[in-house]
Amino acid sequence: MLNYIWFGMIVVGFVVGIMNGRIDEVTKAVIESSGKAIEISIGLLGVMCLWTGLMGIAEKSGLVELITKLARPILRFLFPKIPAKHPAIGAIVMNLVANFFGLGNAATPLGLKAMNELQKLNPRKDTATDEMSTFLVMNTSAIQLIPATVISIRAALGSANPTEIVGTVWVATVSSAIVGIIAVKTLGAIFRRGKQWKL
Amino acid sequence: METIKIISSYALPAIILIILCIGLYKEVKVYDIFVESAKEGITTVIKIMPSLVGLMVAIGVFRASGALDLLIFALRPVTDFLGIPKEAVPLAMMRPISGSASLALISDIMKVHGPDSFVGRVVSTMMGSTETTFYTLALYFGAAGIKKIRYALAAAMIADFSSILASVWICTLVFGRS
Repeated sequence: MLNYIWFGMIVVGFVVGIMNGRIDEVTKAVIESSGKAIEISIGLLGVMCLWTGLMGIAEKSGLVELITKLARPILRFLFPKIPAKHPAIGAIVMNLVANFFGLGNAATPLGLKAMNELQKLNPRKDTATDEMSTFLVMNTSAIQLIPATVISIRAALGSANPTEIVGTVWVATVSSAIVGIIAVKTLGAIFRRGKQWKL
Repeated sequence: METIKIISSYALPAIILIILCIGLYKEVKVYDIFVESAKEGITTVIKIMPSLVGLMVAIGVFRASGALDLLIFALRPVTDFLGIPKEAVPLAMMRPISGSASLALISDIMKVHGPDSFVGRVVSTMMGSTETTFYTLALYFGAAGIKKIRYALAAAMIADFSSILASVWICTLVFGRS
């Protein structure tokens, strides 16, 4: 998909640029943007290193594990149909906690494991269960403790206060997670009723 | 709304302190582990560099040619109706599809309008509060072999959309629209 979007943006850009008589600006943008991309990447390095370093300590000290334990009861409430001792719950909690701490590399394999565990509980193997949909929505609503990448970019671009968006991110992310969970539960109920009526 | 500003100011120092204190209490060699783990940050950034170059060039061309203005102009009625700043619209469209493209987009937007402008704060909040929904859905459901996704995408899109509106709303309340 990105292949087409990338191609489309460049080609449309060149065509519109020629029509607008702005081809010189476009050419300048090609050169400038590639340089700017590297500048921003280098600006990213500092905060990203700081954050992954701190996360290393959080993992090693058992803090991540502790939060995982605390989050378990909430998760049991959201996934009532998963049996108590089933490994799916563990994988889901660990994935969400890894996302929460911004441990992207750890989160993806845990998420895949969670999906595979949920698939074992699935009576119809080609159809998504309510639990799978709930997990996906919770995952994509992305509850995140510190949006490290955004802070790094703001810092790299000379913001006077790069972390000022932490509070607003929390509010936005929590409200979208709540809306998402309500949407999943509502749509799930609608779909179940639809099945009764043989839709 | 002052509380949210205070939370933003104290969040990072508080989290750093908590992590370090628990680390020391659990007898973790905090500095050694920090240095060891920080290497991962470098690898992450190096990995995204090539895609950032490619995507920022595409966005740069798209903007310099005037094509971006056309797109924003075309979507003007919708964004005005919803109160979304028009400059943030391309991000709202790109965010569910690609993380690195969104990263390139917010860099471009903040480079032009400044990270401390209203638009800069809104796109920062949007970026931090949403995910690459299409990619995650394809990856997770693909791995499990799910073909009928039922309402999963609809629910995820509702959540994403609400987070865009919430970002605009909370930034207006906390920072004021300027």
